[in-house]
Amino acid sequence: MTTDTRTKRFLSWIDFRFPLTEVFERHLSKYPAPTNLNIWYLFGFLLIVVLAMQIVTGLWLMMNYTNSAEEAFSSVEYIMRDVEYGWLIRYMHAAGASAFFALIYLHMFRGMMYGSYQKPRELIWLGGWFTYLILMAEGFTGYVLPWGQMSFWAAQVIISLFSSIPVVGEDLATWIRGDYLVSGITLSRLFAFHVVLLPILLIAIVFFHILALHEIGSNNPDGIDVKKHLDEDGVPLDTKPFFPYDISHDIFALGVFLIIFCSVVFFFPTGGGYIIEYVNYEPANPLSTPAHIVPSWYYTPFYAMLRAVDFPLFGLTAKFLGFATMMAAVAIFAVLPWLDRSPVKSIKYKGILSKTFLGIFVVSFFALCYLGMVPPTETKTLLSKIFTLGYFSYFLLMPIYTRIEKCKPVPERVAEA
Amino acid sequence: MQPKSPPNPIRRQLLTSITSLLGFVGVVFAAIPFLSAFKPSARAEAAGAPVKVNISKLSPGELMTVEWRGMPVFVYKVSSEAQNALSADKSKLADPNSDQQQQPEYAQNDTRSRKKGIAVVKGVCTHLGCAPKFYPEATSQDFDPNWQGGFFCPCHGSKFDLAGRVYANVPAPTNLEVPPHYFETDSTLVIGSDGAS
Repeated sequence: MTTDTRTKRFLSWIDFRFPLTEVFERHLSKYPAPTNLNIWYLFGFLLIVVLAMQIVTGLWLMMNYTNSAEEAFSSVEYIMRDVEYGWLIRYMHAAGASAFFALIYLHMFRGMMYGSYQKPRELIWLGGWFTYLILMAEGFTGYVLPWGQMSFWAAQVIISLFSSIPVVGEDLATWIRGDYLVSGITLSRLFAFHVVLLPILLIAIVFFHILALHEIGSNNPDGIDVKKHLDEDGVPLDTKPFFPYDISHDIFALGVFLIIFCSVVFFFPTGGGYIIEYVNYEPANPLSTPAHIVPSWYYTPFYAMLRAVDFPLFGLTAKFLGFATMMAAVAIFAVLPWLDRSPVKSIKYKGILSKTFLGIFVVSFFALCYLGMVPPTETKTLLSKIFTLGYFSYFLLMPIYTRIEKCKPVPERVAEA
Repeated sequence: MQPKSPPNPIRRQLLTSITSLLGFVGVVFAAIPFLSAFKPSARAEAAGAPVKVNISKLSPGELMTVEWRGMPVFVYKVSSEAQNALSADKSKLADPNSDQQQQPEYAQNDTRSRKKGIAVVKGVCTHLGCAPKFYPEATSQDFDPNWQGGFFCPCHGSKFDLAGRVYANVPAPTNLEVPPHYFETDSTLVIGSDGAS
C-alpha cells in the first residue's frame, strides 16, 4: 500500500465520521475569493492571528497574575521582573491590544469604503460591529487589571458614566462596582469578565462573522456581484480559490505585520505612553487623581465627544448627554446598512457627496482621536464639537446624500473595472 | 416520516404557552441570586463608619484630604476675604444658592459649610468621579485666565469655586457633595454623621 492510498483511506475514515474534507473545501480550498481583492482585504486574516495571540499570551499572564486590590500591581511587576520572559508575554499582550484596535479600525474602514455592509451582507456587518463592542469591553476590563493609577481612574470614570442615566443611574453604578467606589471587588469582577465571559463571546461572534461571510462570499473593491457570472461548475468566474491563492497574500502580509509588531514589542514596548501609559506604573491611589487622565488612544475619539457635550438640553444633564453621544457614536455603526440608499457599493462608483462625507468622517475621527488625548481648553472643546458634528453627519445625512448623488455605472466583470 | 398533527391543536398550543411561560418565570427567579451577588457585599457596606479628624493644625488656604468610605473628602479653611468673595460674584455659577440637594440642610448657605470658615466637601467630581485639584489662589491659570480660586477637575475640565459650587457650562452637572458631618469639639470634625441631633 502506498502512502498516498493510506492517507486517502485515513481521510475517508474521518470523513465518514466528521465532515473534514467538506469543511476544508467549503472554507478554504473551494472558497471563492474575488480576483480583484486588494491590500484592504488583509486585515481580517491578521485580526484572527492577533486574536489567537491575545488568547495565548493572556492565558500565560493569567498563570502569574493575582486579581486582588492588594496584590494585582505587584503581581504584574513580578511578571515583568521575575517570570522568565514574563516581560515579553506582557508586552505582546499590551501591544497586541493596540494592534487589535488598529487592525479592526482598518477593517471597518474597508467595509465603509467598499460598501461591504450593504445587502446581502448586513448580518456580517452586524456580527463585526458586535465584535468591536466586545473588543472595547475587553480593552477596558484588561486595562483595569494592572491596578495602576490609570487603571483605577479609568474604571472610576467609565463606571461613573452609568450613574448619569436618569433615575436608576446611581444604583446601577453601585451595582456594577459592587461597592460605593471602585475597589478590589470591582477589580475581581472585571477580571472574571476579561478572562472568561468576554473571550467566549468574542470567539463565538467571530465564528458567526466568518460563517455568515462564507455563506454570502466576499465583497470586492469594485462592489461587483461576482456570482452573476459562473463557469460550468457553478464557480464565479472572477474568483480564485482562497487556499492556496489568496492565503499566500495573507501569509506574506502576516510577515510584514510581524516585523512591525515585533519592532514595537522589542524596541518601543510602551509605545511612547500610547500602549502602556506611564502613570500606570504608579499603584492605584483612590485619593488622588493623576493630573492628566486620558484613555487609550483607541477610545479617545469617543472620549473627546464625551467632553464636547458640556451643555444641558431638554432637561437632561450635560453628563448624561455626553454619555449618550458617546454611546450613539459607537452604536450608529450598527444601522449603517440601512442608512446607505446608494445603488452601488464601492466608493469608486459612488458620487462626489459620498466621497466628501467619507473624507469628513475620516478627518473628524483622527481629529477627535487627537483632541481626546490633550487637556481640554475652550478652543479644543469647540473643535471637538465641530468634529463630533462631522462624525455624525457622515451617518445621519447618508440617507439623503446617497439618494441624490449621481453614481457611475458598475462594470459587469472585474476585467472591465 | 412527518409527525402527525395533534388531534387538538389549540390544546397543544395552550400547553406549549403555559410551559414556556413557567420556564420564563423560572429563569427570572434563577437570575435573582446572580444579579444580587453583584450588589455591595455585607463587608463593603460595613466599611462605611464615620471618621474623626483633628483640624486644629489647619491653616487658612490649606487643604487636607480625609478618606471616608474609600472616597477622598476635602477639609479646608477658607480665609475671610475669600469668604466674602464667595457671596459677591455668583453670575458664573450654575447653582449659586445650592438649591439641589447636594448638601445636608445645615450646609445650604453661601459658604456651604456647617461652621463658617471650615469647608467639608467630597473630593469626587460630580461629573465622572475624579478627584478635583485644589487651586486656592485667585490667579490666572491655564484653564481659566480669570480664575477666582477653587477646584479644577483635570479629567474633563469641570470648575468649582471655593465653596464647591459648580460653574455653569462645564461637564459636571451639580455642586460638589457635602457629606454629613459635625464638629464634636472646635478641633474635632466627624465625617459621616450629622451628630446627636
